[in-house]
Amino acid sequence: MPQLFHRSTNTLARLSIVLGILLAGGVLLILLQANRTPYVTQAFVPREQPVQFSHKHHVGDDGIDCRYCHTSVESTATAGMPATKTCMNCHSQLFSNSQYLEIVRESWRSGQPIKWTKVHDLPDFVYFNHSIHVNKGVGCSSCHGRVDLMPLMWNVNTLQMEWCLECHRNPEKFIRPKSKITEMEWPPSDKDKDSKDYPNGWNQAVDGPRLVKEYNVQPVTVLTSCSTCHR
Amino acid sequence: MAEVFKKEGYVDPRPPVLGPGHNFRSISEKIGDIVLMRGFQKGWVFGFAIVFLGALMLFNTIGYLVLKGVGIWGNSIPVAWAFDIINFVWWIGIGHAGTLISAILLLLRQSWRNSINRFAEAMTLFAVACAGLFPALHTGRPWVDYWLFPYPNTMGMWPNFRSPLMWDVFAVSTYATVSLLFWFMGLIPDFAGLRDSAKNKVQRSIYGLLAMGWRGDARHWQRYETAYLLLAGLSTPLVLSVHTIVSYDFSVGIIPGWHATIFPPYFVAGAIYAGFAMVLTLAIPVRKFYHLEDFITIRHIRNMCKVMLATGLIVGYGYLMELFMSWYSANTYEMFMMKNRIFGPYGYMYWLLILCNVLVPQLLWIKKFRDKLGVVFLVSMFINVGMWLERFVIIVMSLNRDFLPASWRMYKPTVFDFTMFFGTIGFFLTCMFLFIRFVPMIPIFEMKTLLPESKVDEHKVEEHISGTSVGANPLPQFGD
Repeated sequence: MPQLFHRSTNTLARLSIVLGILLAGGVLLILLQANRTPYVTQAFVPREQPVQFSHKHHVGDDGIDCRYCHTSVESTATAGMPATKTCMNCHSQLFSNSQYLEIVRESWRSGQPIKWTKVHDLPDFVYFNHSIHVNKGVGCSSCHGRVDLMPLMWNVNTLQMEWCLECHRNPEKFIRPKSKITEMEWPPSDKDKDSKDYPNGWNQAVDGPRLVKEYNVQPVTVLTSCSTCHR
Repeated sequence: MAEVFKKEGYVDPRPPVLGPGHNFRSISEKIGDIVLMRGFQKGWVFGFAIVFLGALMLFNTIGYLVLKGVGIWGNSIPVAWAFDIINFVWWIGIGHAGTLISAILLLLRQSWRNSINRFAEAMTLFAVACAGLFPALHTGRPWVDYWLFPYPNTMGMWPNFRSPLMWDVFAVSTYATVSLLFWFMGLIPDFAGLRDSAKNKVQRSIYGLLAMGWRGDARHWQRYETAYLLLAGLSTPLVLSVHTIVSYDFSVGIIPGWHATIFPPYFVAGAIYAGFAMVLTLAIPVRKFYHLEDFITIRHIRNMCKVMLATGLIVGYGYLMELFMSWYSANTYEMFMMKNRIFGPYGYMYWLLILCNVLVPQLLWIKKFRDKLGVVFLVSMFINVGMWLERFVIIVMSLNRDFLPASWRMYKPTVFDFTMFFGTIGFFLTCMFLFIRFVPMIPIFEMKTLLPESKVDEHKVEEHISGTSVGANPLPQFGD
């Protein structure tokens, strides 16, 4: 009787053990990582808005504080979107004839708010509150990135749960003085000797744990409890 | 066994584990021909058509279930667990006989296991497949069941290792994997035998691939024996651990009737009880239709009856202990639960359970009945039903009347509960039919070791090695 299988079948059979594991592992890894790509999370993808509002211009060039527009960030769950009136505070005078701002003026005349496209959209099963973060020393740029460099708004983070937990598990690595909440450049590049909060220059390893204690940040068991965010 | 053969003039009074008049060739042909020569027989096709309809019913129910959600079942608060968990525990329990027969009886060198082990292992595999369906579907969103596995997910979280559902995932998946390996490895020498006697190229190639290059080399055998023993050692704790963990599903809860320390041993005994009943339920008809009386002898039937009798008594003891504990706890709720169980609206289920699992099996004390296939078959059927009732009694009756009378509610299964349950039976039998048709259901090579020719005379081997013997090699050869 002739050989049923070629001699190479032996090698193939042995190889298949290793290759099978590698293939299965590789496919799994690709699937897992694909879930974290901007294709899925929309991170770093600028969103079109009805008005080409530039944070780069308003924050970076003009130096307007975040809280001038997002007024409720310190006291409520949502940071708050500015009413058209807030825009008109300046734009009734500045660029008052610009074509770009026709939508704003139209909104002002009709009283219909502008329909902005939400960029940082958390799932509905997450309870998120801006005020508690801001009041416990989590700065704007920690989550939203360098907004002062963004012509159109985009996410700099995945907004996935593992990203939330990164900070909830180690708040001391991200906390900053409350006086520096809206600071865009953080940690400070030049050792800011003047600040009364950190006279010896900012050192996250030392000052982080100190602030966690000072601000009475809840222990990690509470921060990572399911019902802290899923209520 | 070995000692028995050594004693001159000793006659074993028990019926043989292998019928008389067989040799290496007749065993190969008798078992191998069912797979290779007989083709699709009318009886097989007819039976397969019926059970496959059952499997289709299951697939349709699952399809509808996924579309509509678990609301199509009768489960409703307070009875959040019903047929799904009952069937899961029932099926997983049935699987235990296979592992017990193949692993523990192997380690105990019980030669009577040889003809029923493959059959029982296949039964284990298919039963575990049916069992796994229920917890997978009862989550309500089966498409995200992979969340149960610990993997580096975007939630940055492990599954809850303190949850019994999690333990089930590990217990059942380990069990399924080890059982599959064990079953497949035991099949390799037989696949090689089928490859060598197959008549056409397709058969030869398929069985050849499955045989993984087995040549019956002495080295192969030596490694095979070692690996088989190792796997048997791995499976042995699984016989105890899997159903122990299944029992934790209940006993970590604080529901009266679930929260008892006797649960693990009581469940394991019940599992083996149910498993042997199912082996007998399947083996008796198969033995008759395929004329395997020489391989599954009356000795096998008797031994299995004795195992059932023993485990059945442990289960009966478990029922007694549950009664005792609810009284001894002096806990109002425990005592009420027991009263409700026996005299409540579902009381008839409890009495049926006692009839099926405790009273009827006592027939097996009588030798005459152990030899009567009809009686044994009937008793095993009673046990199959009884074990299902046991889970109903534990699960539904503890839930439907718990602490707060305001939340009491009767449970009523829907038609989909039944199509799902009977569907899994159809699916299980479909797998069994395919198994019988395409795989030798009795280990051919292990049956050969039961032949007198296989008994190695160590004295002769030494003579052969030192060159003083004349005549044939006394060592048994494969494929002879």
